[in-house]
Order: sequence, then C-alpha cells, then structure tokens
Amino acid sequence: MAEREQEKPRSRDAGEEEAEAPTAAARETEADQKLDDLLDEIDQVLEENSEEFVKNYVQKGGE
Amino acid sequence: MAVHKVLGTETEYGITIRPVADFNPALASAQVVNSYPGERVRVQWSYEEESPGRDARGFGHEGYGVAEADGAMVNAVLANGARLYVDHAHPEYSGPECYDPLEAALYDKAGERIVHRAATGAASLMPPDRRLFLYKNNSDGKGNSYGAHENYLLARESPFGDVIRYGTTFFVTRQLFTGAGKVGSENGRPEADFQLTQRADFFEEEVGLETTLKRPIINTRDEPHGDPSRYRRLHVIIGDANLSEVQLFLKLGVTALFLAALEDGALPDPLDLADPVDACWRVSHDLSFRRPLALDGGGTATALELQWRYFEWLEKYLESEMADDQVMRRVVRTWEQVLTDLEADPERLSDTLDWAAKRRLLEGFIARDGLRWDDPKLAAADLQYHDVDPARSLYQKLVDRRHMQVLFDEAQIAKAEVEPPERTRAYFRGRCVSRFADALVAANWDSLVFDTGASHLKRVPMMEPLRGDRARVGELVETAADAEALIEALGGS
Repeated sequence: MAEREQEKPRSRDAGEEEAEAPTAAARETEADQKLDDLLDEIDQVLEENSEEFVKNYVQKGGE
Repeated sequence: MAVHKVLGTETEYGITIRPVADFNPALASAQVVNSYPGERVRVQWSYEEESPGRDARGFGHEGYGVAEADGAMVNAVLANGARLYVDHAHPEYSGPECYDPLEAALYDKAGERIVHRAATGAASLMPPDRRLFLYKNNSDGKGNSYGAHENYLLARESPFGDVIRYGTTFFVTRQLFTGAGKVGSENGRPEADFQLTQRADFFEEEVGLETTLKRPIINTRDEPHGDPSRYRRLHVIIGDANLSEVQLFLKLGVTALFLAALEDGALPDPLDLADPVDACWRVSHDLSFRRPLALDGGGTATALELQWRYFEWLEKYLESEMADDQVMRRVVRTWEQVLTDLEADPERLSDTLDWAAKRRLLEGFIARDGLRWDDPKLAAADLQYHDVDPARSLYQKLVDRRHMQVLFDEAQIAKAEVEPPERTRAYFRGRCVSRFADALVAANWDSLVFDTGASHLKRVPMMEPLRGDRARVGELVETAADAEALIEALGGS
C-alpha cells in the first residue's frame, strides 16, 4: 500500500510559488481570492435558515 | 516485546430527518443500515462473546452487556470485513482490523462512502418532503456527544497501569492534531468561540469503564476480541471523527507508534500532568498553543512542548526498532511537519487538519460577512462540514477545490468498500461474506458461525488477529466450493 500511495506535495500550489516567487502581497491577494471563490461556492450549498437547521439537530444516546 | 499494532476505527454517525423534529433515531438508523445496497450479510452478532463490562484493571461490572443487546436491532457484516449496525440511536461503522495506519485510514474513509450509500438508499424510501442527513462528527452542539473510537492491539502482559500512567498525557496533548474543530463549548466548560476538538468538553474522569457519561481519558474496557491470554485491545474514546485523510493517518500512526514504544519500555518519563481532566479542555480551547499546563512534579509545559518530547523519544524508537517500516517513517515525517507548523504558523495546517480547515472557512465568513462567532450561520457551516453527502459536505468542497491534502483516490476508497484488508483476519471475514453469504448466520470479531445444512452450526474461531489473512487462507477461501467444503478444509467437523 505504501508504494501505491506516494506522498503528495505538502501544498498543491507549492510548485507555482517556487517558480514565480511572487511578492508576499500578491500571494496574499491570490489566496484571498481563492478563499472568496470558495466561500461563494459554499453559499450555494449551505442550508437556508441556519438557525432552524442548527436548532433542530439534537442527538440522544450513543457510544 | 510489543505486539504488531493491528488497529481499526469505529464511528457513530449523527443522524437527523428534516423537517421532522421528533423522528425516531433508532428506527431511522435501522433503515439506514438495512438500506446499504452493497454486499453484506445480516447476521446475529454473537453477544455472548462480548463483554463490554469487563474492566482492564481486573474487576467486572454487573449489568453491562444486556442493554447493548436490546439496542442492536440490526447487524450486518460487509464484504470489506467491517460491521455496520445500529448502536443505540446511531448508525455505526466499525471498520475491519487493519495492518497499518495507512490502511486503517483508508477503511475509515470507505466507511463514509458506505454510510452515504446506505443513507441514499434509506432516503429513497422516505416521503419526498423528508430529508435524511448523516454527519461524521461527534457533537450536536447541545451537550450530546457520540463517539469515534480507535482500537489498538496490545500484548496481554503489558501492565494496564503503564497505559494509564504513560498514556494519559499523550492522549490529552495529541488533541492538537486529532481535533475536528467546533464552534462554541459544551458540558459546562468555559465559553469559547471556537476550539480544536468536538469531544474535549465531555471528558470528566482520568480512568474508567464508561463511554457515555463521565467519560474517561483512558477507557478500561477489557474486551480483547482475540485470545485473552495473549492480547488486550486498547479502546481509545478520546478522539474526534476525522474527515481529513492526513489527519486520520497521523492520529492512528502516532498512537500506534506510541503504544509500541510504551510496550517496549522506550518512554523515559510519563510526563504526568497535575490535572489531566482540566488540561483536556484547556488544550482544546487554546488556539494560541502557548498556554502552559501544570505538571505533577512541579513546573509547566505547553501541549506542544510535550508532543515534541514524545516526538524525540518515538523518533529514536523508530530508528532503533522499526527502521525499515516505511509507513511508520511516513507517520513520523508527517508528525514532525505538523508540530513544526503548529509552532511557526498554525494557519499552514488549513490544508491538513480538520480543525484548521474549518477555522479558516469560518473566519473567512466572519471577515467577508461581518459575522460574530455566535452567528447561527457559523454553527450551521460547522455541522455541514461533516455531512456524509458529498454534494452537501463542506469538507468535500475543500477537497474538490484543492484546499485539502488527500492520501487516497476514489478508486482506492471504492475498492476498500468491497474488498477486505489482506493482512489480517478481516480478510477471511470479508471474503466469507462475498463467497458464502447464504451459509453465514452469526459473526463476531473473533469468530464466524455457518449453517451448512448439517445437524449443528459450525463455528470458526479467529482468535489471532493476524491469521485468517490472505497469505494463509487465500487459496482455501477462494477455491472452496461452498461453506461445507471450506470448513472441512479448515479442519473443522
């Protein structure tokens, strides 16, 4: 199994960063943009009416 | 001498039906388990072989075991060697016995896929206005917790007192990298905006047999699921259900290595905390990673400093005792990187650990929408991070957008759903499900019972976790014409 699953690079963007070496500010802006895009996508799947959604989730019993 | 660390996970999934507020969770869980469309055999789980009331410290508790049998209406053994069943009010996936932590992480992930497929089947039978949700998390945010347990094989001769003495501080401080993250606090603990773990608030004792109330850091259930004269099974209840594959691997790997070193007497100091129960929630609540914990012998240390001590000892142990173990070498490299990042810049771990990934998301919402930590949207996002439906799961969104490191591809996880691990007795169990389902009538971790049509049932004991593997029984299991021929070839009558 160890052979099948070769270790992935620590960050999937590490290569780009090394090649281009953009300024810290540029990197930050890019990361912010990526996060904003992600949050926008998550907004599409997040349940509406968060309060009700959370309130009704009650678990009793287990282990 | 340490025994090989055969290991596995068991996960109780949170379940709800919306918009029905008063649904019956036991019934819904049974519907989920019964709706799993893959290869499985519904069996009698042989309770007489289980003894959750037996205490590793040497005493028994009356009354245990009875209630458990009542709650378990449904039991299935799967083709991958796992058990899928109803534990009280939750569907539970108990993964098969695995040979190493990478394999155990893979079969834990296969469990998510299995539970999702089962849930999809159950949902299709419900009225269209009802929606079924399953969560791989450990808390409802209202003071109710459910478990994600780990199991590790120990030698019977290892004194359990040593596990308590050396393990307590290790388990409290490993929360730095085992937590799945949670908004808020519960169970009367001090208020927190966000904390590292789902479970820390619920631990109230240092040592004990309980798992549902007054939860102990070290659980003493002595149920080896193997030859009791040779083995113990350490039942670890202080951990979170993880979605992160790296985190699953790290949690299982570091703990297996720690236990091997403990058994070999390679830990120089128990590093006793003055108040482990207090330290348990303090570690989880400390997002600065700098707060000192009082040590029993005087002085203080942070959880991170204590983890670095374990790291030094276990790295040495690895080099001297298991230098050729490539999986364990990878565990140690990953561990070193995580501890380094925790020290230098914990935000770096947002593609590695569930709590860090979740925190980054929630802080993103806070910054973008001007929210406060008590906004219900954040609690909702916290919950939805753990949804087993990939279309709703926020964890899955992170993976899809390449914000999260992964170890396995879809094909590997799909294979682990239907094929057992090959190097433990789970191989025999899983392959018997695939090949001799009609004859299999009862199962337990350490035995299978067949009805071959003879005058009495045939029980095949599996008291050695490393036997029943493919190398030993593969040819036999794959070529026997039927269960009768299998049992005859195994030497039973």
